Amino acid sequence: MEKFTVHEGIVAPLDMANVDTDMIIPKQFLKSIKRTGFGPNLFDELRYLDEGQPDQDCSGRPLNPDFVLNQPRYQGASILLARQNFGCGSSREHAPWALTDYGFRAVIAPSFADIFFNNCFKNGLLPVVLKEEEVDELFRRTEANEGYRLTVDLENQVVRTPEGDAYAFEVDAFRKHCMLNGLDEIGVTLEDADAIRAYEARRRNEAPWLFQQN
Amino acid sequence: MAGKTLYDKLWDAHVVKQREDGTALLYIDRQLLHEVTSPQAFEGLRIAGRTPWRLDANLATPDHNVPTTERSKGVEAIEDPVSRIQVQTLDANCEEFGITEFSMNDVRQGIVHVIGPEQGATLPGMTIVCGDSHTSTHGAFAALAHGIGTSEVEHVLATQCLVQRKMKNMLVKVNGRLQPGVYAKDLILAIIGKIGTAGGTGHAIEFAGEAIEALSMEGRMTLCNMAIEAGARAGLVAVDDKTIEYIKDRPYAPKGELWERAVEAWRELKSDPDAQFDTVVELDASTLEPQVTWGTSPEMVVGISGATPDPEQAADPVKRDAIERALKYMGLQPNQPITSIQLDRVFIGSCTNSRIEDLREAARVVKGRKVAETLKQALVVPGSGLVKQQAEAEGLDKIFTEAGMEWREPGCSMCLAMNADKLGQGEHCASTSNRNFEGRQGFGGRTHLVSPAMAAAAAIAGHFVDVRDGWIGEAL
Repeated sequence: MEKFTVHEGIVAPLDMANVDTDMIIPKQFLKSIKRTGFGPNLFDELRYLDEGQPDQDCSGRPLNPDFVLNQPRYQGASILLARQNFGCGSSREHAPWALTDYGFRAVIAPSFADIFFNNCFKNGLLPVVLKEEEVDELFRRTEANEGYRLTVDLENQVVRTPEGDAYAFEVDAFRKHCMLNGLDEIGVTLEDADAIRAYEARRRNEAPWLFQQN
Repeated sequence: MAGKTLYDKLWDAHVVKQREDGTALLYIDRQLLHEVTSPQAFEGLRIAGRTPWRLDANLATPDHNVPTTERSKGVEAIEDPVSRIQVQTLDANCEEFGITEFSMNDVRQGIVHVIGPEQGATLPGMTIVCGDSHTSTHGAFAALAHGIGTSEVEHVLATQCLVQRKMKNMLVKVNGRLQPGVYAKDLILAIIGKIGTAGGTGHAIEFAGEAIEALSMEGRMTLCNMAIEAGARAGLVAVDDKTIEYIKDRPYAPKGELWERAVEAWRELKSDPDAQFDTVVELDASTLEPQVTWGTSPEMVVGISGATPDPEQAADPVKRDAIERALKYMGLQPNQPITSIQLDRVFIGSCTNSRIEDLREAARVVKGRKVAETLKQALVVPGSGLVKQQAEAEGLDKIFTEAGMEWREPGCSMCLAMNADKLGQGEHCASTSNRNFEGRQGFGGRTHLVSPAMAAAAAIAGHFVDVRDGWIGEAL
């Protein structure tokens, strides 16, 4: 997993509540057996005017000029600014895969759906929860200033604005540690292999029906 | 000290290690696997040179991509090459790693959330995960069950554990009884309408009260299935006689002396009378009418006697924009009566409503009637090969086909349109599935979520009707 320490980049504002995972990456693209290559189909139905197909060259497709990521001023954006309940819907990890493949490293929103939120951390994509009024302010500033950039500092758990504001955010210590160091979570868990075996031995006694060979 | 909730009990029984930052290593008893969210997990194991921690905890089946039309020629005959590769990849991975799989033409194949309970692979007191958000379904059996992403699928394969933070406790107490013609589907839609699609975020929802006790296991599964549409990863219902009766003698259920011991333990799987919940929501089931979603989020729902909202009446600008956008996408006007919505297709199926009881309720409405001429298609897709077999033994398939509906092979089908079953642009569909998101059932498709009986009545009428107005025939 790619490390996340401090990231500075252009902000793209997606001014819509309850953006679901079907919007982030429509189902026809879930047929891939790879983790990469989803970027061109990120927000496919919002971004293009036609219906996208898997394995299609997207460079010649008609773009929806109204969609935020198609506007010249947001080209190269790596921080997505979003509204409440971002990532609701399915558990598809293809959603964070598509966001990172496109080039996003962080998503800032007042709230996220739980499964999407978890999935982000496994992929070096940092979901940042800020207060509703802070997000409102960032929307105003991003829309008012072309090329508006933010700095997301995971180590210090703050989002810094060019105006000198610093908005603090929360993150679990374990997740932060894994993100900062680009750690493989499975490897960390396997350090507790003895504890897992001890638990299993105890449970086998308490609830043997959970360990039946089928 | 206050008593424990059902969720507290399930959590406590599965903590392998509590970490200082408040997260815990939680043991997982059962993982269900399907073709869409597992290939990258198996690939991860291979790359890292890891093997599954505990093979017998896993059970796999292809469901999202499989065709629902005749498929006796096998996986090689799946027309869409990308779908075919994904199904073949699941077969190959299960073979390579030694995981039990009900492959496409096994009679036990079906939607993961139908076959788990059907096989007794879903048991009370278990922790159950699957790379699918509707894993919440299994909470109907007092199991702690939730959807996970592919990295977590790999994590569970490799370690039999997940790193989790404990959720909050929410109680949804439903007083009174549902009226005839109003079902678990209507109840959960009404709950989502009340608390919103983020209302349960960060919580495990326990459903309790007179109306829940009166529900069948199928009804409870429908209810818990859509807990995720209220933002809650897990839904729960306490164990009672119905739970135990449903599991008894299923292939994977414990037998003999082990069964007796298990039942004794399962009887404890309920919240203590003095348990504290972080959030409590109460509803009255007795006044509820059949529900229909009008928009592009499950919370955009209204009773059959109602109408679409007027964005001008919404005070919150974000909400107003969402209503305007949804009405435009759905091709509907403000204040439009629900019964005036004309339908192009009807879909009865999905992990929400494809069990035998769902099919019986739909057949009751359809029996002796014909699908409206204006309808392009009415699909009935059973949730598993065994549900299909049972329905055919009861003659339900004949009732559907005689009415002009299509009777298909089991799978997820038009719920998410990953296979050939999908809506055309602008088409309205009465669907018993769980999500009405933009494009969910096909590019530009317009989904209205309803109960199986409401979908069946809509198929006959060609537009939405109140199923209580003389549509329900004799019990089958």
